Amino acid sequence: MWRELAARLIRRPRADDGGGLLVPSRTRPGRPKIDVARVGHRFPNEVVALQDVNIAVHAGEFVCLLGPSGCGKTTLLYALAGHLAPSGGRISIDGVEVKGPGPERLLVFQEPALFPWLTVRQNLVFALRATGIRRGEAARRAQAFVAMVGLGGFEDALPHELSGGMRMRVQLARALALDPAVLLMDEPFAALDAQTRGQMQQHLQRIWMRDRKTVVFVTHDVREALVLGDRVVVMAARPGRVLEDLEVRLPRPRDPDDPALVELSRRIREELRRAEESGRRTARAEEERDARAAPGGGVHPGRAADLGARG
Amino acid sequence: MFILGALLIWELAARYGPWPHALLPGPFAVGGRLAGLAADGRLGAAVARSLLRLAQGYGLSVLLGVPLGVALARSPLVRSVLRPATIGLQALPSVCWLPLAALWFGLSEAAIVFVVLAGSLLAVAIATEDAVSGVDPGLLRAAGTLGIRGARFHLGVLLPSALPGILTGLKLGWSFAWRALMAGELLFPAGGLGQLLATGRTRADAAQLLGVIAVIVFLGVLVDQVLFRLLEVRVRRRWGLATAA
Repeated sequence: MWRELAARLIRRPRADDGGGLLVPSRTRPGRPKIDVARVGHRFPNEVVALQDVNIAVHAGEFVCLLGPSGCGKTTLLYALAGHLAPSGGRISIDGVEVKGPGPERLLVFQEPALFPWLTVRQNLVFALRATGIRRGEAARRAQAFVAMVGLGGFEDALPHELSGGMRMRVQLARALALDPAVLLMDEPFAALDAQTRGQMQQHLQRIWMRDRKTVVFVTHDVREALVLGDRVVVMAARPGRVLEDLEVRLPRPRDPDDPALVELSRRIREELRRAEESGRRTARAEEERDARAAPGGGVHPGRAADLGARG
Repeated sequence: MFILGALLIWELAARYGPWPHALLPGPFAVGGRLAGLAADGRLGAAVARSLLRLAQGYGLSVLLGVPLGVALARSPLVRSVLRPATIGLQALPSVCWLPLAALWFGLSEAAIVFVVLAGSLLAVAIATEDAVSGVDPGLLRAAGTLGIRGARFHLGVLLPSALPGILTGLKLGWSFAWRALMAGELLFPAGGLGQLLATGRTRADAAQLLGVIAVIVFLGVLVDQVLFRLLEVRVRRRWGLATAA
């Protein structure tokens, strides 16, 4: 069924504009920077957050994980960061398996997560010093990156004196100043108002076009994914899985109001809705089958086996 | 205005009340007695003595109590071993330590300092534990992903984020320490404000008793309402918490 969906997704753009702006991403030669192989995760409460997820991210790629809430995109990101150990499969970075948080990966949160008692400058310097950078160099870099996100003049402000968008930019500056090989972003602009969000997207796009960092960016906003991503990995919920892995072939810098982009986003949204509906149908069918198979409301045999294997 | 009124009523009650005037001296008599104590240096010496003991006992309880509180909050092992004892002993009025302290340290300076320590240590530790447990988990996660660990984490992230709560604990600890000190000095004739109270009692000098009480209240309020208040307001402002007045 997913293949059929994919076929439809691909065919349409061709039929509409003949450009093939959204194509299934091809397997690229060479070792990927991030390799997610057959990863599954089941929470203790039996919710299957991820099921057989395979994604390869190459160095310098901007990959967006897109999906509704509950599709496991954040779980996957936290697993990449090493804050959560998936119950199955393997995640490796440069061929080395992820066992915990590491300096080459940095998580950017939905909330600004700044230290409230430190000024903007001190927030950056403190994080830089923790990685062993000398005071002078840390101060120089803090200055440069605060200016880069357009907050020159606010170095000595405290976080609570700034607006939400400015705080977010400070977090972005802190992350970029630390210069990690991989930037993992967890819906970083979701809590911002629409206008600020748009500005932040343009900001991030500009910075990325200059630095070409490897970025994995989680979002539930289809247009955001299309503006930012080289690739959009479309995920679905219950169980959390990858529906589509699409390459976005729109020229940069991208404009969220570009009609081609708007059209693509409309189509992805439609597919997501369809997947959700069919998911709901299968879930109901499964429930009915389970109820018939285990009248006493017992544990599903497959789950019991899984539990045993894990415990 | 209120204070003036209260003083006036007090003076009137002392002069015309139906009780023996020696037992309830008026504010003028008390003020005179205090001035006398201050003039011959006894008051100053007693205040200095008491505050020195307080600084030792309370200082020690902060130095020990804050790390203990952090350990209680962060280490399941420490929590399971020490928490029941902490809660239990916290219920014990600190004066009860006095006989034991006398046994261990004799009638010495150390005994009083120990009672002050015992009185405030657990209050500081428990408040610190609360504050550290309540730290925004988002900040801890941020520290984790930024690779901030070890001493830099504890001193640079954990304690500052818990500081507003810890300050509340320090204030509470201070008031416990102050009480414990007075109780200790009353029972141990070893100088300090407590002893001034004790001698006032043996000489039936009500003016001295009331005067010393006024000094104790004044010092307590000074530290509590002025020192801690200022500190709290500054911290809360810097941390961007509710605009505390």
